[in-house]
Amino acid sequence: MSVPAPSVQQRKRNLGQRLVLWAPYAWLLLFFLVPFLIVLKISLSQTAIAQPPYLPTFDLAAGFSSLFDAMREFSFENYALLASDTLYLHSYLKSLEVAALATAILLLIGFPVAYGMARASRSWQPALFVLIVLPFWTSFLIRIYAWINILQREGLLNQALLALRIVDEPPVWLATDTAVMIGIVYSYLPFMVLPLYATLERMDESLLEAAADLGCPRWKAFWLVTLPLAMPGIAAGMLLCFIPILGEFVIPDLLGGSETIMIGQTLWTEFFANKDWPVASAVTVVLLALLVIPIALYQCSQLRDSAGGR
Amino acid sequence: MGTGVQIDPAARPLVRFEGVSKSYSGVAAVDALSLDIVEGEFFALLGPSGCGKTTLLRMLAGFETPDTGRILLDGQDISAVPPYRRPVNMMFQSYALFPHLNVARNVAFGLQQEGLPRAEIDARVQEMLALMRLQGYGDRKPHQLSGGQRQRVALARSLVKRPRVLLLDEPMAALDKKLRQETQFELMRLRERLGLTFVIVTHDQEEAMTVAHRLGVMNHGALIQVGTPAEIYEQPDSRWVADFIGDVNLIEGQVMSSSTDATLVASAAGDIRAAASRTSPGDNVWVAIRPEKLHIAAGGGDGLAGEVIAIGYLGDLSHYQVRTDGGPVLKVAVANVTRLSERPIGLHQRVTLTWAAASALVLTR
Repeated sequence: MSVPAPSVQQRKRNLGQRLVLWAPYAWLLLFFLVPFLIVLKISLSQTAIAQPPYLPTFDLAAGFSSLFDAMREFSFENYALLASDTLYLHSYLKSLEVAALATAILLLIGFPVAYGMARASRSWQPALFVLIVLPFWTSFLIRIYAWINILQREGLLNQALLALRIVDEPPVWLATDTAVMIGIVYSYLPFMVLPLYATLERMDESLLEAAADLGCPRWKAFWLVTLPLAMPGIAAGMLLCFIPILGEFVIPDLLGGSETIMIGQTLWTEFFANKDWPVASAVTVVLLALLVIPIALYQCSQLRDSAGGR
Repeated sequence: MGTGVQIDPAARPLVRFEGVSKSYSGVAAVDALSLDIVEGEFFALLGPSGCGKTTLLRMLAGFETPDTGRILLDGQDISAVPPYRRPVNMMFQSYALFPHLNVARNVAFGLQQEGLPRAEIDARVQEMLALMRLQGYGDRKPHQLSGGQRQRVALARSLVKRPRVLLLDEPMAALDKKLRQETQFELMRLRERLGLTFVIVTHDQEEAMTVAHRLGVMNHGALIQVGTPAEIYEQPDSRWVADFIGDVNLIEGQVMSSSTDATLVASAAGDIRAAASRTSPGDNVWVAIRPEKLHIAAGGGDGLAGEVIAIGYLGDLSHYQVRTDGGPVLKVAVANVTRLSERPIGLHQRVTLTWAAASALVLTR
């Protein structure tokens, strides 16, 4: 028996399906891969007092041979600089440290919040959800400025601490690592709570009853049932926080002091103060490489889970 | 009746509900209910949705606490015992299998909570998987199983701890009809083999009648009638039970005479000879007759005369609707033992309905 040829409508529909499938790839190609290749190219160039401020530049009008000539001038000098000057290494390590610590604190605060939301009565959940999202209605920048107000010497925090007689002398908060951590945890909490809530809310409550029925007390059921089932949400929340915190610029710049130089600030300085686009690009490429590792690990675990489990 | 095993309801009860009540925001889900369940019994709680049967089961499992009354297991009050310390296991309607654990670890979960040695756990899990015909499925995750397999895993998990009472909450609701019938018989065999006490909650009367030794019919949080399937079907003590279980003709009337052999009732359909009852002449009563207990014959004769106004052909049975000369319409079910063409009764034909007096019950409530 021969396979009947697809009808015109069928072929049209297949074309439509392929277009829909390729649209996100085209988007990524245009707005992620192409810009990245440009940045990569700049990172291999040298600074110059020119417009744009680096050499070589590609001139497509001069033909392919000039393109190859230009590529011969590429060098890894900027990357060598990143490795030799401890300033960069320290910024990277500081960023990793801040991002890791902040993500851990966010998980510790976010999990109970999300758990409470998911276990709240159905009529309360929309209101709680709005409360979590509400800060987004105000500009992020204004909220960070508000923290400056709270954390300054005569700010609300110190007034409260003095009034409650917890301290005698107002401690310094602004321009410290603590202020940066407070700002980051405050700003990113919704990104931890929402994916956790989405996972916990979906969880079938009868699973906990089944655990209890089989002889498992509540606290133990949390470790044996709730936590393993919340893992996808925990992973998503941690990635959603860790990745942007690593490149965070505004919060350490406004709340932090000179001892907290995160990689986002280094990048900003290279780009805008030193006008050294090639080094700034090199910093970016290394940062991206740092981020690709946890994402790849996450993707691997997702694939493994969908193959072997849920 | 189900398995043919005789259960003596007067034996020492394994489970006893004593005046148990439970209400949610002022609405009584279970209302001052008392019930004894005997060791080794397959007991079914049957009723429409919202009648409180699931609440009763959940109180026995420990997920709900009674507002008043006591629940005794083996003579011990367990009302205050948390679910994880009760020697009772439940099979959930949703199965509630742990999605992150494979079949073997799902079944082993309860044994691990007891802190048994690993070798014993493995042996008992394997034994249970074999009993449930699930060998070779131990490494699968629940989502890789069919609905029937998931159901057997849930059953294995709730049986592996050898509970004093196994609670089954609508265990077959998610299965298709054919699989449901097979599973009903499997449950009965299993109970007999393990000698355990099963309590099943169901809204499916056919299922309850098939599997249970005794059933309790519930409505509005109260037990309306408790008895063997045959008692409930043949001797319902109220119009509600007669109507809820199976199909029935209910005819309102007044007692003309009541003797030790029979009760004579005057009704709009005509005078009805019914089974003996504790009624006196003049009482307002209802006569309940099952459609299959009525005999239909063409032409005239002794009995209620009427006309066939509708015929429903169901294959094994035919349903006739007969309008009696007095007015009321009665349902008659006839087994189709002969071929369709040989059947003498057609639409709009004059017929006579007869019955054995003993099969017409006199109900006063």
